[in-house]
Amino acid sequence: MSSFPILSLATFLPLIGAAFILILRGAPDIVARNARWIALWTSLITCVLSLFLWAGFDPATPEFQFVEHADWLPAFSIAYHMGIDGISLFFVLLSTFLTVLCVGASWVSITVRVKEYMVAFLVLETLMVGMFCALDLILFYMFFEGVLIPMFLIIGIWGGPRRVYASFKFFLYTLLGSVLMLLAILAIYVQTGTTDLPTAMAYDFPVGLQKWLFLAFFASFAVKVPMWPVHTWLPDAHVEAPTAGSVILAGVLLKMGGYGFVRFSLPMFPVATEYFTPLIFTLSIVAIIYTSLVALAQEDMKKLIAYSSVAHMGIVTLGIFTVTEEGLQGAVLQMLSHGIVSSALFLVVGVVYDRLHTRDIARYGGLADNMPKYAFVFMAFMLASVGLPGTSGFVGEFLVLLGTFQVNTWAAFLATTGTILSAAYMLYLYRRVVFGKITREDVRRMLDLSPREIAIFAPLIVLVLWMGIYPASFLKPMQASVANLIERVESAQKAAHLETVPRVAVR
Amino acid sequence: MSILVVFLPLVAAIIAGLFGRFLGDRGAQVVTTGALLIAAVLACVTFFNVAIQGHGGTVDLFTWIDTGELQVHWALRLDTLSAVMLLVVTVVSSMVHVYSIGYMAHDHSIPRFMAYLSFFTFFMLMLVTADNFVQMFFGWEGVGLCSYLLIGFWYDRPTANAAAIKAFVVNRVGDFGFSLGIFAVFMIFGSLQFDAVFAGAPDIVGNTIDFLGWQVDALTVTCILLLIGAMGKSAQIGLHTWLPDAMEGPTPVSALIHAATMVTAGVFMLARLSPLFEYAPDALAVVAVVGGTTAIFAATVGMVQNDIKRVIAYSTCSQLGYMFFAAGVSAYSAAIFHLMTHAFFKALLFLGAGSVIHAMSGEQDMRKMGGIWRMIPVTYVLMWIGSLALAGIPWFAGYFSKDTILEAAWAAGTGVGHYSYAMGVFAAFLTAFYSWRLIIMTFHGAPRADHEVMHHVHESPKVMLWPLVVLALGAIFAGAIGFEYFVGEDRAEFWREAILVLPEHDSVGAAHHVPAIISLLPLIAAVLGIATAYLCYMFRPEIPAIMARRFRGIYLFLLNKWYFDELYDAMIVRPVLALAYGLWKKGDGTVIDGFGPDGIASVTRGLAVRAGRLQTGYLYHYAFAILIGVVVMVSWYLLRIGG
Repeated sequence: MSSFPILSLATFLPLIGAAFILILRGAPDIVARNARWIALWTSLITCVLSLFLWAGFDPATPEFQFVEHADWLPAFSIAYHMGIDGISLFFVLLSTFLTVLCVGASWVSITVRVKEYMVAFLVLETLMVGMFCALDLILFYMFFEGVLIPMFLIIGIWGGPRRVYASFKFFLYTLLGSVLMLLAILAIYVQTGTTDLPTAMAYDFPVGLQKWLFLAFFASFAVKVPMWPVHTWLPDAHVEAPTAGSVILAGVLLKMGGYGFVRFSLPMFPVATEYFTPLIFTLSIVAIIYTSLVALAQEDMKKLIAYSSVAHMGIVTLGIFTVTEEGLQGAVLQMLSHGIVSSALFLVVGVVYDRLHTRDIARYGGLADNMPKYAFVFMAFMLASVGLPGTSGFVGEFLVLLGTFQVNTWAAFLATTGTILSAAYMLYLYRRVVFGKITREDVRRMLDLSPREIAIFAPLIVLVLWMGIYPASFLKPMQASVANLIERVESAQKAAHLETVPRVAVR
Repeated sequence: MSILVVFLPLVAAIIAGLFGRFLGDRGAQVVTTGALLIAAVLACVTFFNVAIQGHGGTVDLFTWIDTGELQVHWALRLDTLSAVMLLVVTVVSSMVHVYSIGYMAHDHSIPRFMAYLSFFTFFMLMLVTADNFVQMFFGWEGVGLCSYLLIGFWYDRPTANAAAIKAFVVNRVGDFGFSLGIFAVFMIFGSLQFDAVFAGAPDIVGNTIDFLGWQVDALTVTCILLLIGAMGKSAQIGLHTWLPDAMEGPTPVSALIHAATMVTAGVFMLARLSPLFEYAPDALAVVAVVGGTTAIFAATVGMVQNDIKRVIAYSTCSQLGYMFFAAGVSAYSAAIFHLMTHAFFKALLFLGAGSVIHAMSGEQDMRKMGGIWRMIPVTYVLMWIGSLALAGIPWFAGYFSKDTILEAAWAAGTGVGHYSYAMGVFAAFLTAFYSWRLIIMTFHGAPRADHEVMHHVHESPKVMLWPLVVLALGAIFAGAIGFEYFVGEDRAEFWREAILVLPEHDSVGAAHHVPAIISLLPLIAAVLGIATAYLCYMFRPEIPAIMARRFRGIYLFLLNKWYFDELYDAMIVRPVLALAYGLWKKGDGTVIDGFGPDGIASVTRGLAVRAGRLQTGYLYHYAFAILIGVVVMVSWYLLRIGG
C-alpha cells in the first residue's frame, strides 16, 4: 500500500456523505434541501475521483491496478484486497456516473423521506463501487449481497402501489442464487485455502468440481443478468421502483451478473464454461427472441423497456461465452452502452411520469407537438437502443454478433433476428407516445424539458455518441485484460483436453 | 475537399436541427441549401479530379472500432464509383433542397425538414465513400433512419407513421441479411476492409464454410446474404412492400430518397462489391433473376395504380430491377450508368408530380385530375421530358443506359441473361404505357376536379421550377454525355480499379455487338406502349373499363399489388403479434411465474401451515422424529462405507 488508496476513497466517500446527511437536523424542508445538496456534491466528487482512475489507468497491462491489500482475517487468509483491471474500470465509472444522475433525477420527484432516500443511494454507491473493485471472494460477496439491501428498501419504500409484491419477488429470486454462491465460495476456500481472487483465477480446479461450482455461481449471476427464464422479477421491480431506482437497477445491478461471469466463471471454471456454453447460448437466444416479442405486446412503458433490457442482456451473455476478442469486448461494451441507454430510457419515462403519473402508453400520444425537446431526446435513446450505427448500442451488439458468428452460425443467425424485433417494439413505442395527434387536454398541458432535465440528459447523449463514434477510448483499456482472460480460458481448456485424450494420441 | 463534401451537409443539418428556432425558417433554408450547393460544386471538382484525372485514394479520418483482430476506420474512399455517386447525390440533393423551399413553404416545421434532408445527404455520402463494410453499414442504416424520419414527417397522420415504421422494419429485415453477410466476410477474410477482402477473394473460390449446419460455397453464401441487404434497400421483389407506402412522405423526399439516391444504394453495393460477386457466379444469377422479376412485377402493378406518386414509385421499383439484373450479368458499369440517368429523370418526374399536386391543392388521385396542361405548361413539358427519358426514347438519357443494360443482358448469353432481357423488354412496353397513362390522365381530357380546385390551379413558383429545369437538362443530356465514359470505348480508363469484371463476364463489351433487332426491340416496345396508352386513354377511353371488367381477376390481382401486403399480414405480422401476446400472458405469466416465484410462494405458504402442524408439542413426537433421523443418518453412513 505504497500509493494513494484511491479505490478505497472512491468506495467509501459516499458513505461519509451519507453520514453527514444522517446527522442533519432541523425543519423537514431544510433537511431535505441539504440532504439533496450533500448527496449531489458527494456523488459528483466521487465521480470526478473515478475519472482519475481512467486517466491514470495503464492500458498496456492486464494486471490489476491501483491495488490495495490489507490483512483482514488473517487466520482465514481473508484480506481486504482491492484493485481494478480494464474490465472493472468502466463499471466503476458507470456506477459513480449514474449515481450523480440519480440524485439529479430524484431532485423534485422524491418528496417524502428525502434524507433516508439520499442515504440509501449513497450507501448503494459504496456497495456498487466496492463490488467492482473487490479482489477477495468474501469481500466481493459482502458487497454483492449488500447491494440488495438498499435496493430492496428503495423499491419497498419509495416504490409504486404493488411495491411489496415486486420487492418480494426480487428478493426471492436473488436470495436463491446468493445462497448457492456462498456455498461455492466456501468450496473454493476449502479447495484452495484462500479467498484471494487472483489466486483463485489462476487455480486449476478439478473438472468435476468446476461444473458444480460453475452452476452455483451461475444460479446467482443468471438471476442478476437476468437470463431467461429467471427474468420475471425484472419487469415488476422496474415498474414499481422510483425512476432513479430503475436507473440503478438497469444501469448497474444487471451488470453485476455479466461482470460476475467475466470476472469469476470464465477464468476460474474454464472447462465448465466450455461444457455449459451450449446451454448459455440457448438461454441467451431464447431471451433475445422471447423477450423482444413480449416487449412488442406491452402496454406499460417501463415494462416494455424492462423486457428490452432482458433481450439486450441476452446479447451480453451470448458475447461473453463466445470467448472471442470481439464477443467479449463487445459484451462489455454492450453492458456499458445498455447501462447508459436503458438508464436514459427510464429517465425518459420518468419525465412524463412526473408530469402525468401514469406509465400507460395509451394515455400519451402526440408529444412531439408540445414537447419537441423531449421528442428529440427520446428519439436519440430509442435509436441507441435499436443499435443504430453511430450510437453506443451498435458497436457492442455488432461485435458480439460478429464474434458469435465465428463460433456458431446458428446462434448468430437467431440472435441477429433480435435486431429486427428491437426496431419493431421501440419504433412502435415511440409512435404511440410521441407521434400522432394530441387527444387529451392534460397531455397537451405538459411542459417540455426543464433545464435540470436537460442537464441530466445532455451528458448521456454525449456518451451515447462518443461510444458509438469513437469507442476506442473504451475498447483500448480493456483489450489487454480481455486478451489475457481469453488466453487463460483457452490454455486451461487445451490442457483439459490433453488430459482426456489417450497418451498414444498425444505422442 | 472530399471531407468538405461529406461533412458540410452534416454541419448544416446540426445547425438547422438544433438551432432552427433561432435561425428561423429562412435561416435554416439558407444554411442547408447553401451547404448543399457548395457541396455539389465541390463534388463536381472532386469528380473531375478523381474520375477524369485519376487522382483517387483514401482519406483516413480516425479509428472507429479496434478490438485487436478487427480494425475499422472512418475513412473516405475516392475512386470513380464513389465520385460518380458523390456527384449524383449532391446535385440531386441540392436541387431537392432548393425545390423544398417552395414546396414546403407553408409547413410548420421547416427547419426540421431541411435538417432531415441534409442529414440524409450526409449518411448517403458516408455510404458511398465507405472503404469498409461497417462504415457502409453505418451509412446504410443512417439513410434508413432519415427515410423513416421523413416518411413520418407529418407525424400526426396515422398512415404516415405506419408507413415510416414499415419502411424501417422491412429495411431491418434486409439489414439482417447484410449483417450476417458482414459476419461471414469477417469469418472468411479476417478483415472488413474492402481492399483486403477484394484482394483475398480470388483465393477463396471453391472454399466452403459451415453455415447453419450446411457446408456451402463460401463466396456464394456470403454474396447472397449481402444481396438480401441490397434487396431491402432497393425494394426488390419480396422486400419491396415499404416503398409504395413510403409515398406518405412529402414529395421532395420521395424524389430524393425514394427515387434518386437511397433506394439505389443496393445497386451501388453490388457495384462496389463486384470484386466479390464476380467470383460467385451462382449469386450473380440470383441477382439477375431477382432484378428481372422485379422489373416486370413492379411495371405490371404500376399500370393500374391511380395515385400519381404510387405510379412513379412502382416505376422506380421496376427501374431498380433493371439495374439489378444489369449487375447480375456483370454489367455493373451499365447499372451505375442507369442509376445516374435514372436519378435525374426520376427526380424530375417526382418533383414534377409534386408540382402537379401543388397546383391541384394537394390532390394525388389521377382520377380527379385532367385538363390542366394549358394551365401549368412548364410542368407539363418537364413531365414529358422525364417520361421520354424514362421510356428510353432516343436520344434522351434513359435511352442510352436502358438499352445498354438490355443489350448486355442479351449479350451475356446465359439463361438468366435471356430471361432478364425478355422481362426487360416487356417491362419497357409497360413503362411507356403507364408513363403516358399518367400524362394523359393528369393533364388531358376533361377536368375531373371540382370547381374550387380548378380555380386555384397555378404554375409553381420559380424556386420550384428552376431545380426541375436543371434536372431536365440532366434527363436530356446525361446519357449522351456519359455514354462513352460509362459503358463505351473509354470505360476501362474511366472506371479503373473501381469495378471488377472478369474478362469472361464482359457483357458490356459484348453489348456493342448484338444483332440490330435486339437493340431495336426495346425501342419498338416503348413506342408501342406509348401508342397503346394514347389509344386507351385518349382516343377510346372506354377500353380500360372494359378490360378491367373482362379480366377482373387479373385486374384485382394487379390493383392489389399481387397481394403481397395481405400475404405478409396473414403469414407474419398477425402470427408474430399473437405469439408476442401469448408469450407474455401464458409464458411469463402462467408458466414461469406460476411455477416460479408465485408457485414457490404458495407452496411455501402451504408448507408453513404443515410445518406448523408438525409442532404438536408432544414430546414423544419429537423423540420419534429424532430417532428416525438418527437411523437414516447412520444407515446412510454405513452404506457409504460399505459402498
